[in-house]
Amino acid sequence: MRIELERRPEVSRLFSLLSPVIALALMMIFGGIMFLLLGKNPITALYSFFIEPLMEVWSLHELAIKAAPLILIGVGLSVCYRSNNWNIGAEGQFIAGAIAGSILPVVFHEWHSPLVLPLMLLLGMLGGALFAGIPAFLKAHLNTNEILTSLMLVYVAQLFLDWLVRGYWRNPGGLNFPETRTFDPVAVLPEMIASGRTHWGFGFAILAAVAIWFMMRYTLKGFEITVLGQSERAGRFAGFSTRKMIWFSMLLSGALAGLAGIAEVSGAIQQLRPVISPGYGFTAIIVAFLGRLNPLGIIVAGLVLALTYLGGEAAQLSLGVSDKVTRVFQGLLLFFVLSCDTLIRYKIKLVWSNLTGTATEGAH
Amino acid sequence: MSAEGQPATGPLLTVGQLTKLFGTFAACNGIDLEIRPGEIHALLGENGAGKSTLVKMLFGVLAPTSGDIVWQGQTVRIASPSAARKLGIGMVFQHFSLFEALTVAENIALSMAPGISLNRIAEEASALSRSYGLPLDPKAHVADLSVGERQRIEIVRALLQNPKLIILDEPTSVLTPQEADRLFETLNKLKAEGRSVLYISHRLEEVQRICDRATVLRHGKVTGACDPRRETPSSLARMMVGSDVAHVSAEGTSTRGAVKLEARHLSAPARTPFAVALKNICLKVHAGEVLAIAGVAGNGQGELFDALSGEYPAAIDDVVRIADKPVGTRGINARRLMGAGFVPEERHGHAAVSALSLSDNLILARSQSDRRAFLGGGVLGLIRQDAVKSATRRIAQAMDVRKSGDNPPAGSLSGGNLQKFIVGRELDRQPTVLVVNQPTWGVDAGAASRIRQALVDLAKSGSAVLVISQDLDEIFEVATEIAVISEGRLSDIYPAAELSREKIGLLMGGMHGKTETAETAHAH
Repeated sequence: MRIELERRPEVSRLFSLLSPVIALALMMIFGGIMFLLLGKNPITALYSFFIEPLMEVWSLHELAIKAAPLILIGVGLSVCYRSNNWNIGAEGQFIAGAIAGSILPVVFHEWHSPLVLPLMLLLGMLGGALFAGIPAFLKAHLNTNEILTSLMLVYVAQLFLDWLVRGYWRNPGGLNFPETRTFDPVAVLPEMIASGRTHWGFGFAILAAVAIWFMMRYTLKGFEITVLGQSERAGRFAGFSTRKMIWFSMLLSGALAGLAGIAEVSGAIQQLRPVISPGYGFTAIIVAFLGRLNPLGIIVAGLVLALTYLGGEAAQLSLGVSDKVTRVFQGLLLFFVLSCDTLIRYKIKLVWSNLTGTATEGAH
Repeated sequence: MSAEGQPATGPLLTVGQLTKLFGTFAACNGIDLEIRPGEIHALLGENGAGKSTLVKMLFGVLAPTSGDIVWQGQTVRIASPSAARKLGIGMVFQHFSLFEALTVAENIALSMAPGISLNRIAEEASALSRSYGLPLDPKAHVADLSVGERQRIEIVRALLQNPKLIILDEPTSVLTPQEADRLFETLNKLKAEGRSVLYISHRLEEVQRICDRATVLRHGKVTGACDPRRETPSSLARMMVGSDVAHVSAEGTSTRGAVKLEARHLSAPARTPFAVALKNICLKVHAGEVLAIAGVAGNGQGELFDALSGEYPAAIDDVVRIADKPVGTRGINARRLMGAGFVPEERHGHAAVSALSLSDNLILARSQSDRRAFLGGGVLGLIRQDAVKSATRRIAQAMDVRKSGDNPPAGSLSGGNLQKFIVGRELDRQPTVLVVNQPTWGVDAGAASRIRQALVDLAKSGSAVLVISQDLDEIFEVATEIAVISEGRLSDIYPAAELSREKIGLLMGGMHGKTETAETAHAH
């Protein structure tokens, strides 16, 4: 017996919807096997990893808080990836946005005005966009590879933040801890729902996802993104400019990552520290692909990956396993999503006898 | 059949019920074919008939799904091109596999067994090429050679293996008439030596001229096996197409109007190391005219299209004029808004995006020229799908585009049907200027005649049409005026009735009209 992949005449719509579901199921099965090998009961382990965090209101709020940056960044990345611009540096743009947005509450902390918060958000978006503008400029005018430049700029941003919070921006009354002063209440992103901590970052994420979905589905700009992503030459024939698309997609995703950064700092942490992200910018790449680069799918995918963060914390407490389990689940998920995508273009065929295959044998 | 029976009289190669499936699609469906020693055997068929799939199976590039290949009386399984070469089968592909930066001898050495010195290969190759009337300089760099010379490398490369059967895939599609004549002499020489040739073509005239027998394919099946000399071109065409092909009618008067499209001393540097620079191109197309630009592939046709369409605008505004207004520096959409339409050569990934639906591919070309009909919502630029879809249906109906479903992806259409849609997409706007590059390249005969008729009709209705084509039959069918492009230079424009094929052949080879030679004399 052997397994053959047979190309489908057309892309299967059914499997493009089912593939992430199958991937999730496979992740559960293999995660269960992993727990079994660790000597835990797989059912209770999976329960405490994936179900328990959903049972209490406060932890649902935590879920939304963690999902917000993932969705915001993932949605921006989907525009990049669909237009064939491989921005890998959202983590850096997230940090750049957080720093730029924090200028007001840290440097001008004596200015109290209702304008502070909206200005912070704008500055955050501007900071992220400018930081993404560096690889955009390099690609559009010097033909460099944006994967490398955007990734390397992540480390620049991380080290710059580290230098800031240990140096000029360190809280003068903070006992030399490497952190800035805590933000004034006017600079804190308010809660969205009365029942818990979920701040407006989550609202922005949903808004951004719906807006980008609308753009991709109904407008000429969305069409331009799709065409340039599939064929640069056809895009040129349509009168679309590849160079402008590099700028548009990179600045847009940078702005959304920057917004995620300032929303996270202002809503959840309320000060700058050397490390402000558990790798949201990188995890958002998984979110974008798990959501099929579709903004509505990315909302769901963002919630799923936020759950792996929460589950990891829960599993640490209730099962006593390492929080590295989170990474394992994220890795399993990406692996299965990418493999299940094969089913969209191919049928799996089990060939029991070799009656039909005699003539082809020689070729293999 | 006895093994190693009498190879001199028995068939050299017999193919029985050979089938190749791609998914559920049968590219070749129960093909029978017999090639005798010392014959030139034609394999006729339109694009997509299964010719290439068949020869790829014979050369070991593809594995058959079922069926037999019998070589000199023995059933064989050809696993790879090197296995095919060992049996004695050589192949010259339509698209050459040569490294432009290497010399002729180095390119030949790449396909030989390792360990033979380059000097020996060079000697053998030049001896062989002389004896077959295919002069080649082994030390020349491929980048400097013409397409005809490159083809000679491929033929010499195949002959060095001393094959009993040589397969040639559309060998004349890239040659001037004179170069083709030399190729035919070589083929006759091979035949005289007792070698067999499998000659793939869709040009009936050639097949009748040089082939002893022909097998005709249509939709992956054999529809006829005959002696082409006893057939008429129309009976062969019927076997290929399945029905009589309508002739393009150029009847009716077309009156010559004002100049609609003009190039004034248009020059453009080569964008890539292997592209062709345009040199001082002047042309005028009047309303009511079809100007055809003939030429061998790779002489600047694509570059000329890019400059006229504005996909790569020029530096000076006055070098291209549409409707008597300078547009040289304007982009493609600005030129469309002035009434021009464009059909590029490559369907997939240039004229159309394969994965997108037909209606999306309609927006691709007309988002700006039909902004009012197709877009709404002001700055938002909302696409009005209902308007676009109904226009798509209108075009499909007008051009008889056969498709599965109402609005399928462009990639699911056959080449001919997609090309009809792409041409129809422009005709639907009734452009005053239409620039078409290779309008029927790789298109079946039925669709080709329909497209050509549409171009003629458009000119008759008072538009200026510029057709860039390698196909001389097509050019004589549609053109009222003809010019020839060679190495990025354009010849003078001649009325179609005053040009013979021989004259065009000379122009293709770079023999320009008198005025042109005088102007560019210093360059030689």
